[in-house]
Amino acid sequence: MKIVVCIKQVPDTTEIKLDPVTGTLIRDGVPSIMNPDDKGGLEFALQLKDQYGAHVTVVTMGPPQAEAILREAYAMGVDRAILLSDRKFGGADTLATSHTIAAALKMLDFDLVITGRQAIDGDTAQVGPQIAEHLDLPQVTYVESLTFDGNKTFTVKKSMEEGYQMVEVDAPCVFTALASGVKPRYMSVRGIVEAYDKEIETWTYDNITVDDKKIGLNGSPTRVFKSFTKGVKAAGQIYEVEPAEAVDIIINKLKEKFII
Amino acid sequence: MDFSLSKKEQLFLQMIREFAEKEVKPLAAEVDESERFPIETVEKMAKLGIMGIPFPVEYGGAGGSNILYTMAVEELSRVCATTGVIVSAHTSLCCAPIMEHGTNEQRAKYLPKLTSGEWIGAFGLTEPNAGTDASAQQTIAVKEGDHYVLNGSKIFITNAGYAHVYIIMAMTDKSKGTKGISAFIVEKDFPGFSVGKKEKKLGIRGSATCELIMENCIVPAENLLGQEGKGFGIAMKTLDGGRIGIASQALGIAQGAMDETVKYVKERKQFGKAIGQFQNTQFQLADLQTKIEAARLLVRQAAYKKDQKEAYSTDAAMCKLFAAETAMEVTTKAVQFHGGYGYTREYPVERMMRDAKITEIYEGTSEVQRMVIAANLLK
Repeated sequence: MKIVVCIKQVPDTTEIKLDPVTGTLIRDGVPSIMNPDDKGGLEFALQLKDQYGAHVTVVTMGPPQAEAILREAYAMGVDRAILLSDRKFGGADTLATSHTIAAALKMLDFDLVITGRQAIDGDTAQVGPQIAEHLDLPQVTYVESLTFDGNKTFTVKKSMEEGYQMVEVDAPCVFTALASGVKPRYMSVRGIVEAYDKEIETWTYDNITVDDKKIGLNGSPTRVFKSFTKGVKAAGQIYEVEPAEAVDIIINKLKEKFII
Repeated sequence: MDFSLSKKEQLFLQMIREFAEKEVKPLAAEVDESERFPIETVEKMAKLGIMGIPFPVEYGGAGGSNILYTMAVEELSRVCATTGVIVSAHTSLCCAPIMEHGTNEQRAKYLPKLTSGEWIGAFGLTEPNAGTDASAQQTIAVKEGDHYVLNGSKIFITNAGYAHVYIIMAMTDKSKGTKGISAFIVEKDFPGFSVGKKEKKLGIRGSATCELIMENCIVPAENLLGQEGKGFGIAMKTLDGGRIGIASQALGIAQGAMDETVKYVKERKQFGKAIGQFQNTQFQLADLQTKIEAARLLVRQAAYKKDQKEAYSTDAAMCKLFAAETAMEVTTKAVQFHGGYGYTREYPVERMMRDAKITEIYEGTSEVQRMVIAANLLK
């Protein structure tokens, strides 16, 4: 079995602070990490590798420094790492990104593609499903756990707002994974020691076949006009009371505002 | 000269710090309180290769450097000094002498099991009457045909009871003094070998510290480590390496106490403001963090020299002396900063203070480190 996992380098949003004056994100000194849902997806792939000897490739689109998460993926146990990096890919929204990644995936031989559900910087949850559409493959989103019959059928637990669905799907297919469903393994010491001796393949526009009107800024119908922080409307009130009394206060307040 | 961590070292730090925070820290208070050896942590570390960091892949190790090893012991000790010393004693005091002084057969037989963490290692030099004066060994080894017969006892042995392999020093020729000491690789199941009473300690209470008893203990002749009569040199060289490990442990304890203190002085308010806003607090913290950073540079310098196969004995003594005394100072002041709360088990700094003390004592007391440093100066 061949698996491709799509991963993204994101700023660690738990470490991000807002500039109190401008309301914008202070990105200086914020560490970059592998997106948590993607790491969950990578763990699913590595578990399939442990059980069935799958060959696992990671693909990321990003600037050259995104190499760091590919090294991390090597240290966790993947077999091949590809960096999609070209100025032509820059400024992409989710649609242009998914066109670029899908074009790269078409160059690879795979039975399963796993992406994270969504990235913690954009929170769109669009790229995975779009990739599946471009590749015309069945997709299961919000995957919490999965089993494989050893032949070609996956049984997948798909998380829903209320409860979950069990879905059977045949390879080739696309999953978008939830970080909450799995505990990603730590990098091994030997994996780390050897990670920097392994090859990172850098693919540019010339390595893939894609319509250049569909990628980068040109291929992005989305335009961001303005980013701002939601203002705080009121200072709020603090009650130091017993839980039972607190419930009554909250219910009354909600009724006052006709929320319930 | 480059003081920055390589990308590989940064990646390692990311892993070991996350492991320490998520897997080790949550157990630290309980392990201390119940004096429990955290065997489940050892199993997790084994899986990741933390029990064999600086050893070649061909012997089951991770193929890493001593720098990585010191970073591991530091980060583990930052949250749990017990876990730090388990790794340090195993790596520096058992795996290292087999790697450095063992025959190819001994390496092939013992290292893969040890470096993979399937087996834990320990080291037995100290005796009731041979502490700092390690030459006063009373354990005797007599060669009888294809084996040696060992008689005697060892005390204060770290990892005892959980270890499968012990590097044991014994006199093969009492008339020759230190030149009559030999080193042996002793397995826990060799006939006549047993583990005695477990010590109740001030700190590192989760680490197992026990007596070893050898009563007509049969050790195959091929388990002689190095040559007969070379055991004292092997023990001293082994302790040189071990000191880097213990210095890393001390460094971790100090940094851990500083982390807790920084958090506390920002939150704790007295006289209408956070105590971290008082200049007395700030100046003390500045001095302490400067010492911690100096200790870290000494540790990394010693580890670097070991990696480069340069002489590092004095560097090891200096880093251990300085890191241990820094750990004691930082943890004592950390308790003071925490006031009454710091004296209780509600906060981890009292544990760190208790844990710090041993770093001034084991693997050569601070006095011994001064002897080593001065001897090198005056030679």
